[in-house]
Amino acid sequence: MELEAAKTLGMAIAVGFGVLGPGIGLGILVSKALEAIGRNPEAAGKIQSTMYIGIAVTDALAIFALVVGFIIKFT
Amino acid sequence: MCTALGRAFLIMENGIHIALSAELLGTLWGIPITNALVTTWASMALLFGLVFLLRRKIKLIPGRIQTAVEWGLEVVANYVEEALGSPERARRYFPLIATIFIFVLFLNELAFLPIFGSVGFFHGHEFTPLLRPGTADLNTTLALSIIAFLTIEISGILTLGVLKYGSKFVNFKAGFIGVLVGIVELIGNLARLISLSFRLFGNIFAGEVLILVISSFAPLLAPLPFILFEMFVGFLQAIIFALLTLAFIQIAVAEPHEAH
Repeated sequence: MELEAAKTLGMAIAVGFGVLGPGIGLGILVSKALEAIGRNPEAAGKIQSTMYIGIAVTDALAIFALVVGFIIKFT
Repeated sequence: MCTALGRAFLIMENGIHIALSAELLGTLWGIPITNALVTTWASMALLFGLVFLLRRKIKLIPGRIQTAVEWGLEVVANYVEEALGSPERARRYFPLIATIFIFVLFLNELAFLPIFGSVGFFHGHEFTPLLRPGTADLNTTLALSIIAFLTIEISGILTLGVLKYGSKFVNFKAGFIGVLVGIVELIGNLARLISLSFRLFGNIFAGEVLILVISSFAPLLAPLPFILFEMFVGFLQAIIFALLTLAFIQIAVAEPHEAH
């Protein structure tokens, strides 16, 4: 297999598997936040802002996979 | 959209050209000058210009814009004080948190001006843009992350003293498990360097690539919702960087908890 094809394939596999975990994690995170808001609508503001922090931290893991994919393909 | 059209024209000629590291523009006394560095300097100049311009206009009885800005800063100051506990600690760390937020926000949002990515130099068929989003270069985000990391560690040492702060990581009293937990804590703290820098870099750079790819097949109207989304992402990432630095400082200055 030539190098370019291997690089593209490597990037696709890395990013594909890499966003699997954070995707599931984000779903669980937001669903729990929605549940909490449903049980206690008064605390919605606080829950929402903590949810955004959690989303950003979990998103970062998917971004790491993406950056590794870029490094594989473009260097 | 002008940028998108310009890029689409180039992409038709050359194929999509994605540069992971910022392109070199020249050297100044041996230091390489990249286009992201030029952007960062331009943003700094703009911010300083704004500061010196607005200094005289601060009145004791504020007009509407001044009230709005003061309200915004007060919200952040109250949040910092609530997170850190005491007003003097808040006064000590608030400038850094607010500066990180404003600087990162400025760098991220400035990237959507039409001159970014489209004005540059041609070397034969290669195009080097003159301006590139400041945070789309890992060097900038790594520098910010190192500043945040040093502040966190030094704040812990200043508040607790070297021995007490060190006992969070090297903990022989709690037995073997304590030593392992200490090592894990240490690695986690060091990993913050990488996580902070890569989070910001990855988000902004991936946004750039996304808009590039969209421009390559539908340059006229389709990039618009993505550009709006990326502006929101830039704003969110600025908040997250400052917020995480604040949270880590809060963890660092907290007393080490007793044995379970």
